[in-house]
Amino acid sequence: MTLTARVIACLDVDAGRVVKGVNFVDVVDAGDPIELASWYGAAGIDELLFLDITASSSDRETTLELVRRSADQVFVPVTVGGGIRSIEDIDALLRAGADKVSINTAGIARPELLREAANRFGSQCIVLSLDARRESDQPSGFGVTSYGGRKSTGLDAVQWAKAAEDYGVGEILLNSMDADGTKSGFDLELIRAVRAAVDVPLIASGGAGVASDFPAAIRAGAQAVLAASIFHFGEVSVSEVKDALKHDSIPVRLPTKLVS
Amino acid sequence: MTPTVAVLDYGFGNVRSAVRAAEHVGTQAILSSDFDTCLNADGLIIPGVGAFAACMQGIDKVRGGSLVDARLIANRPILGICVGMQIMFAQGIEHEIRTSGLAQWPGVVDRLVSPIVPHMGWNSVTPPAESMLFAGVESEWFYFVHSYAAQEWVLSDTDAYQRPPRVTWSEYGTPFIAAVENGPLSAVQFHPEKSGDAGLTLINNWARTLV
Repeated sequence: MTLTARVIACLDVDAGRVVKGVNFVDVVDAGDPIELASWYGAAGIDELLFLDITASSSDRETTLELVRRSADQVFVPVTVGGGIRSIEDIDALLRAGADKVSINTAGIARPELLREAANRFGSQCIVLSLDARRESDQPSGFGVTSYGGRKSTGLDAVQWAKAAEDYGVGEILLNSMDADGTKSGFDLELIRAVRAAVDVPLIASGGAGVASDFPAAIRAGAQAVLAASIFHFGEVSVSEVKDALKHDSIPVRLPTKLVS
Repeated sequence: MTPTVAVLDYGFGNVRSAVRAAEHVGTQAILSSDFDTCLNADGLIIPGVGAFAACMQGIDKVRGGSLVDARLIANRPILGICVGMQIMFAQGIEHEIRTSGLAQWPGVVDRLVSPIVPHMGWNSVTPPAESMLFAGVESEWFYFVHSYAAQEWVLSDTDAYQRPPRVTWSEYGTPFIAAVENGPLSAVQFHPEKSGDAGLTLINNWARTLV
């Protein structure tokens, strides 16, 4: 009995539709988050992240409806992130059927939100989303950015991760802004630096290009690996990632009833 | 006859997923906090996430203890999930504070001892050969997310209600109890409603025992 490394797919959702294009021949409506989520479930995905990139708050209800439909049809864990600002936002998402919520900017603006959320709903469903990049003036060499990497917050990434753990978050989604989009592999230095500071599970995100990139992230100390476009465009399949992990003697879940 | 399943709504747990999973395996499922509805359903699912003490407060508000007692006396099946399992034990310890559970089983729910907590993700289990819940999915993985667990089974077979309990173990740093099947009272530490086909098979196995 060993806890397996998790493979997570991230779906960017805008006004209830998946953006960033998806390229599967057997998906009828590539913009339908639920159809895609079900497809990933059948493909052996261990967890899904819906990242709500909707700018306007009037579309929040659309997101809630998406989460409701998802909970009705997808029987793997679902995390929802993007634009979560208050206890009420979290409550609405969890009631709609989200298993976890990830909090980014609002936690930086008001760290007490993380504590209040963890106390109210339990640490297990509060994820800190941390967008980090190299900043030479920070003690760890990594700083925290906000607004999708556009703005520096002046916080040290490792210290912020530790602080968030103390506030009660149960998991950290660690996005490398340096590696994101490069397809040259995960930022292993960043993973190692945060792993050395915290005891909660880490999700490595940003930089995956080929299946063999994934085992290195787990070896560096992540408990889960996340990718988006390389999965959606079919460049790397979930089963190829699991094969690569297994080949490197990392335990993975290989459910018996899988579609190829 | 389609069996009816009530999912106890006491403010904790991913109730929507539990209802949908029960529907998916062919039961007529409803979410309810009403005592009689939950008493009279063929099966009762008790979900739960978060803190043991907070869940017990919620359980008390809906007279959950009496509900569980009344169902078990009448041999009516219950399935506890996650903290819905933990509260079946005598006590939970969080930050050195002890909270009484429903005490259907002796034993204590305590923090997991492992370098990385919570235990979050898919893990395997070792069900006993005679397990009904795990029939057909003995070698599958299930989704866990918890920081606390019962790590010792202290009820002796001779003290057990009805036939000896069937205890399924898993391991995360130390061995812990992943599931118990004890007459009409079943409970799992993981989330079968989030464990893909394996979890739905387990819920189906339980649903087949109803009516």
